[in-house]
Amino acid sequence: MTIVPETINVLIVDDYKTMLRVIRNLLAQIGFKNVDEASDGQMALQMMKQKKYDLVISDWNMEPMTGLDLLKTVRNDIKANTPFIMVTAESKTENVITAKQAGVNNYIVKPFSAETLKTKISSVLGAF
Amino acid sequence: MTGAQNKKSFQREQVVEIINSVIGKVRGPETASREIICRELTGLKETIENLRHQLHFAAPADIGQTHIPNATDELDAVVGMTEQATGTIMDACECVLAGMEGADEALAQKTEAEIVRIYEACTFQDITGQRIAKVVKTLKTIDEKVTSLLEALNGTLATNLHEKGDASGGKDGTSLLNGPALPGQAVTQEDIDRLLANL
Repeated sequence: MTIVPETINVLIVDDYKTMLRVIRNLLAQIGFKNVDEASDGQMALQMMKQKKYDLVISDWNMEPMTGLDLLKTVRNDIKANTPFIMVTAESKTENVITAKQAGVNNYIVKPFSAETLKTKISSVLGAF
Repeated sequence: MTGAQNKKSFQREQVVEIINSVIGKVRGPETASREIICRELTGLKETIENLRHQLHFAAPADIGQTHIPNATDELDAVVGMTEQATGTIMDACECVLAGMEGADEALAQKTEAEIVRIYEACTFQDITGQRIAKVVKTLKTIDEKVTSLLEALNGTLATNLHEKGDASGGKDGTSLLNGPALPGQAVTQEDIDRLLANL
């Protein structure tokens, strides 16, 4: 399956403004132009209720709602199967297992390269 | 005194009373072991009293009132400044990319590739920010533990806040070392130039 990045709506979630900007710019470099930003989980949920996103890319370490809490809420409460990629500094095996059990589609450890971001998005949405 | 402080003070008095009672009981018809126990318990009591005395004059309240707040302020400043610097770097990158429109394709591709490397490197700010947040949390835990311990040993915490240097001068190079000023507290270059001009 192939996708057209320009048609994909992406929501990125991170409480660090710099990371939002870095990810947005990297996504732009690989062709994703329709990118919205949320600075915390609650904001992300509100945005997901108002607009359909094709992909969510979220940090884990946020307060008061962590990226894992956001993922669980997306999967269990609003019952959305939106592709969800965790981008985080949390690199322990138990974190990855927990995220997988909660329904994450892929997992990227910071720091990461543009190539890694592209590869993981491809594995979730399709080649581009 | 609050209820909690009253309780701690009462517990401390109880401990001292028990120690005195044990010392009183083992003094009597002497055996070698009773003398040793007596000596040990007396030593223990003296050690506790010495520790309380030392802690009183170690200015332990400075830990929570000065040192830890100073440390966390400095760390917050680090996070703020690295965020600002990263923003400046990314502004410049976006400007360069915008300038590449219409440029030679090979040059544009090469430039874009290098810009992407810079973006990737900028993720350092997020990671350092998280590490610093962990350090701040640790400092706050240390502060809580020290405060709790000191309250258990002594109902009031001593402070030993003192002026740096004295009015008559005589400051050496080491005592003048303060490091960079926190945001909003720094003297500007213009202020320094004006001061030098007036000296």
